[in-house]
Amino acid sequence: MVEHGDIRVVHRGGSKINFREPVITNDSKFLLCASGECVKVFSTSTEECVHDLRGHTDLVTGVIIKPSNHLQAYSCSADGTVRLWDFTDGILIKTYVIGHPIYSIHASASHEGVVFVVTSMHADKRPDLLQLVAVHLPRSGDQMVEARELSAVLSDVSSNPLAIVFGRGGEYIASAKGLKLEVYLFRKQKAYSFFLKEDNKKGRRNTFTCVACHPKDDCIATGHEDGKIRLWRNFNQKKEYTYSTLHWHHSAVSSLCFTPEGTNLLSGGIESVLVQWRYNQEDQREFLPRLGAAITHITVSPDGSLFFTSHSDNKITIIQSCLKVSAAIQGLVKGESVTTDLMMDPRSKSLVLNGKPGHLQFYSLQRDKLLYNLDVVQQEYIHESGLQQFEVVKAAFDTSGNWLATVEERKQKGAEVELNLKLWEFDEQTQSFVLNTTISAPHEAQITGMCFCHSTDNQTTMLVSTSKDGHFKAWQLDAQAHTEADERPSWSCDFVGAYHSLVPECCCFSADGSLLAVSFQEVVTVWSTASWELLTTLSQPPKAIRNLCFGRLSCSKYLLGTTGNNLLCCWNLLTCSLEWSTSMDVSLLLADPISENMAAFCRQAGSTDLFVFKPSEPRPLFSQKAVCPGKVTRAIFTPREEMLESCEESSQWLNRSQLYFLTQHMDLMTFTTKVEEDRLMASSKQLVIDDTVAMTPFYLLLGKHRQQDSGDAQSGISAERTPLPQGSVAIKELLQTPAHVLPSTSFLCSMFVQSLLISVTDPREENKATEEEMESEKEEEDSEEEMESGTTRPEQAPLGRHAAESAAPALTKAQVRELRRVKKLDRSWFAGLLDS
Amino acid sequence: MISATSDTARFLPSAWMLSSISISSSSNFHVTAPSVFVVQTKSISVTSTEMASFKPTKIQVYPKLGEKVTQDTLYWKNYKAPVQIKEFGAITNIDFSPVAPHNFAVTAFTRVHIYGPFSQEPVKTFTRFKDTAYSGRFRSDGQLLVAGCEDSVVRLFDVSGKVALRMFKGHTKAVHVTDFTSDSYQILTGSDDYTCRLWDIPNATELNTYQEHTDYIRCGVTSKLNRDLFITGSYDHTLKMFDARLDKSVMTMDHGHPVENLLLYPSEGLLVSAGGRYVKVWDLLKGGQPLVSMKNHHKTVTCLSLGSNGQRLLSASLDRHVKVYNTTNYKVVHNFDYAASILSLGLAPDDESIVVGMTNGILSVKHRKSPEESKETSGQQRRKPSYRVFVKGKNYVPKQDDYLVSKPVKQHLAKYDKQLKRFNVSKALDTALETWLRRRKPEITVAVIKELDRRGTLKNALAGRDEQSLFHLLNFLIGNLVDPRFAPVLVTTAEMILDIYRSVIGQSPVVDRQLLRLQDLLEREIDYQKDLLEVLGMLDTMFASSIPRKEVPCSGISRSNGLGQGEASTSRPQLQAT
Repeated sequence: MVEHGDIRVVHRGGSKINFREPVITNDSKFLLCASGECVKVFSTSTEECVHDLRGHTDLVTGVIIKPSNHLQAYSCSADGTVRLWDFTDGILIKTYVIGHPIYSIHASASHEGVVFVVTSMHADKRPDLLQLVAVHLPRSGDQMVEARELSAVLSDVSSNPLAIVFGRGGEYIASAKGLKLEVYLFRKQKAYSFFLKEDNKKGRRNTFTCVACHPKDDCIATGHEDGKIRLWRNFNQKKEYTYSTLHWHHSAVSSLCFTPEGTNLLSGGIESVLVQWRYNQEDQREFLPRLGAAITHITVSPDGSLFFTSHSDNKITIIQSCLKVSAAIQGLVKGESVTTDLMMDPRSKSLVLNGKPGHLQFYSLQRDKLLYNLDVVQQEYIHESGLQQFEVVKAAFDTSGNWLATVEERKQKGAEVELNLKLWEFDEQTQSFVLNTTISAPHEAQITGMCFCHSTDNQTTMLVSTSKDGHFKAWQLDAQAHTEADERPSWSCDFVGAYHSLVPECCCFSADGSLLAVSFQEVVTVWSTASWELLTTLSQPPKAIRNLCFGRLSCSKYLLGTTGNNLLCCWNLLTCSLEWSTSMDVSLLLADPISENMAAFCRQAGSTDLFVFKPSEPRPLFSQKAVCPGKVTRAIFTPREEMLESCEESSQWLNRSQLYFLTQHMDLMTFTTKVEEDRLMASSKQLVIDDTVAMTPFYLLLGKHRQQDSGDAQSGISAERTPLPQGSVAIKELLQTPAHVLPSTSFLCSMFVQSLLISVTDPREENKATEEEMESEKEEEDSEEEMESGTTRPEQAPLGRHAAESAAPALTKAQVRELRRVKKLDRSWFAGLLDS
Repeated sequence: MISATSDTARFLPSAWMLSSISISSSSNFHVTAPSVFVVQTKSISVTSTEMASFKPTKIQVYPKLGEKVTQDTLYWKNYKAPVQIKEFGAITNIDFSPVAPHNFAVTAFTRVHIYGPFSQEPVKTFTRFKDTAYSGRFRSDGQLLVAGCEDSVVRLFDVSGKVALRMFKGHTKAVHVTDFTSDSYQILTGSDDYTCRLWDIPNATELNTYQEHTDYIRCGVTSKLNRDLFITGSYDHTLKMFDARLDKSVMTMDHGHPVENLLLYPSEGLLVSAGGRYVKVWDLLKGGQPLVSMKNHHKTVTCLSLGSNGQRLLSASLDRHVKVYNTTNYKVVHNFDYAASILSLGLAPDDESIVVGMTNGILSVKHRKSPEESKETSGQQRRKPSYRVFVKGKNYVPKQDDYLVSKPVKQHLAKYDKQLKRFNVSKALDTALETWLRRRKPEITVAVIKELDRRGTLKNALAGRDEQSLFHLLNFLIGNLVDPRFAPVLVTTAEMILDIYRSVIGQSPVVDRQLLRLQDLLEREIDYQKDLLEVLGMLDTMFASSIPRKEVPCSGISRSNGLGQGEASTSRPQLQAT
């Protein structure tokens, strides 16, 4: 087998944005988030990702704004470097090499040229012994600098960046770990430690979880695992310190933050309620409940107008200071596992999988953006750990995307499994899925598989579900049963099947929908969907069938299955015999819906290999060893938006569809070809964005126009064309002139409309005219009037002037002149717009 | 036998295992973003605003069991509560007078009572019978009444008089059938001596005797259009049509069961007979061809009647039901339940009242509600705030120039939801257990209990109750525990209650009594389930033996790699449970 060098496995989207607290720039326009190996810059007004700061080679563990220059930011990473970025342009300025993995980074305005990082300095690199280290960043012109001036400030600190914070203008630094709060006063060069009693009754409940310092006062707020918040004062003496306790949270306080003026304290935890405490009047609390998921970090913008909370479901919520949610930046929600398979919504071509608890998420792969969440369970989510909640465990789309079936499950210890099968119909008007039928307790035990009938010509849609109770059931939409006008057709059970008393595992419909294959442990049963007759049984003992898949298109006579004893079998359904079988440990077998190709992920010595093959051909089309470490259990073929024209045999299978898969660590990966990468590179170069404006859809529209415009300029045809409106001096002047000195709008309007008329002058003459006017500015007004009459519009100009004089005789001459100039420039600009 | 059930049983009559299917209302509040194609900023803002709203407790919609509300149901339910009158013995016949006040004659034991349309006391009583009277019937002018008797004498009475006008003697055994012919001068009688006779009223003489039946004659009917035609039904399973001008029957039909009652349609083209569990319709114009056979009762059908001007047919049976059929398609459209086996049934013209006589001697008279009364009930419903109050200002269509200021829609929550939102679990349970909800909408109470269980706070909500509220809680459990829709939730609740209040058992007689009732209920339910399982096992064996075994084609190659040759595929085609 040949290794194919031009096909690469790449990360694609869906990275975490809630790993570290988001950092807000001083003008509140951008949000910097550590996200995997890069830092993402989001615009706060549009919630779009403006750009990625790429460069780190390992997980980014912290981002801060450079205190001395608010347009630059430091980021630290587990690769042992601190990098300085210009985040508005996305340029890497400098790299400081520390040499040890860094867990978090802190800085303060009073310590110029020093950053504080948490790292393990010991030679044995015990990860549990961390130190806070002051790093003096060397001033050097080089790109890559090694920082050697390290001095330890505090030893034994927490790896959680929320547990270390600078207080009141950088006078002291507070760090909490376990039951110890440590305050280091820079002026006294002295550290004070305060210990809390361990609450023996309930274990480690007094443990510190986070720290915040009041910006104006000597006050430290600490959050604890039992939900208490303690406000420490007078801590610059060893003995006479005091603290007061606030208690609202029922479980650990995960984040604390003071507003910039210090008037309010914000706290959050697993309850997903943002609590605002009034400083010094702590009995006055305000709440913002139901934020969706547990709060992990809270940040406040420097002007105090916006709060940012990041949540455990990979989301950042933007909250106005009046405690009103204004927007949310939502990433791909990745729990511990994907219980539903990866699916493709046939309508929006988005990736669908279970997301937030009780929700299905629709994620656009092309735009790397979460489109929306479909609330499947429709129940109030109780944010409490250890509570058994309904989870979406299975979902399936039919071919046209009109129907969605979901299964939700709640397993209680000692009680029966609660199951609900829900069928959703796509509503064209609202462009969303609307619940059609709820079937409670469709089976007596867990549902192991579910699939829709694929046939497109068939009028009635059919769904088959298999369950551990030993039955499989076919569900059908019955339009005839409900004749009443107010009742829409609903789903009901059509057939219940069983084979001996074996447990069905997988089910699969043939491409034309006439056959249903259900695997009962080691036996594959093939049923006719029209008469529900058992047609034949196929088996390959002694191990159970793991995966089952019908071939497509020309290979639709083949049925493929994988067994527990590492066999991949292909049965020919015409002869009901085994066509071929091969020995490999297939963890996942899936078919491309638009071609004959099938992909098999095989486990081989701790990593996964991929084989792409056609059931009818003995030789695989493509194979790659060690695609990723660990087992691949979820993957999907998605159709491409535009086809690739690769004629190379090994990459032809990627021409019409893409293969995405999830690794063990929940990373979404895909295969790209060289052609595709080249195309991507080209498009990214094209898209140069003006950094003064945040990227909005409208801006993209305008920006594109501008690019075309500049392209035209290069071609030399309209080199003399006047610049775009925002660049035009005249428009700027018009806009910047105070409103009270401008004439009335009714007067301006007629002139403006006149200026929009397309002139028939050729550009050269036009240009001359403008040049003439430029000159005429210095001349007397009378002479300019003469010039004006000399242009191609001798009729209009005096008329306009006439009107102007009659309508607003009080106008100064200078103003009239300016208006006229505006009029002229404006027209040419508009003509240019129309041309393009 | 029970063990045999498990692999053939796809046909589960036990309601415990039926999966309930409900159709959701077409609300779409659950979808967080309305459109995939909207500008992204908008979709996110929708997500964020909807995110903050509380999702109310989901009330499971259960499929409505029982009959659907149809026009017929409404019509036949529109009767007042029945008037019950105790007679001396089983009521064998009820006949309505064809003339104006429509009195009815009730034959029971040795008497014939005549009741007025609205009186509860008999207007008139005929008691001159030596033995049990049978078949008291009015003549078409409502002046005369004829009745048979166990002592074989047929008596003719004047409705206003007391003493029998004529006595017709000739039968040798009890006379169960009497009727006037359409010319009103002759009487038809049928007797247990297997004969039927025609009598002349003025002379009290026997005109003719027909001895064709071979068993008791228990029913007969004369034609209202032809003075010479009459039909009799007998326990020899036959119906015979006679013509008085001839000496023998002109038509014979075989009902297949002892015939209990006969009925002629007003057009007299169709004949309805009741016997055994069957009601059969015969087409007389086609020479007695059977038209329809209905088997809707599970005991002998005893009585037939026509209602709504021949649009509906009523049949009464020993199984204590009266069924109403539509005479166009002979489908049952309504059903009345009575306390005892029904022997006789009468329907006043225009369905003004339904009179039913039963074996225990109770006469049940149901009168139709007058239009004012039926309006009164609907008026009660209208006492709620009118629709207009709610719609106020909402149906205003904005004009072209109007600027629409959108107001955030306020979410209206039920009281228990408000309490759940504030995590007041005990209060929410109290609200859900309020008398009205508990009685009228147990599904809401159960939904709240389920929600509390899901939140893991059901124990807290159940604990700390006083005698009164614990009594209500147990009362609710006893009422709904065995309901298959609620059982899974309520069983856990009952277990929790027993756990929590184990220490206080024996302190309150009220609670102890309730607990005993609960125990009794559970024992009965367990017995019932056991019985059901036995029935299921029986059914399974019956189905398994009735369905032929079918071999699945299995090619030699696949068998060779199959499970082994000895174990040939024995598939069992499954029953369809739709």
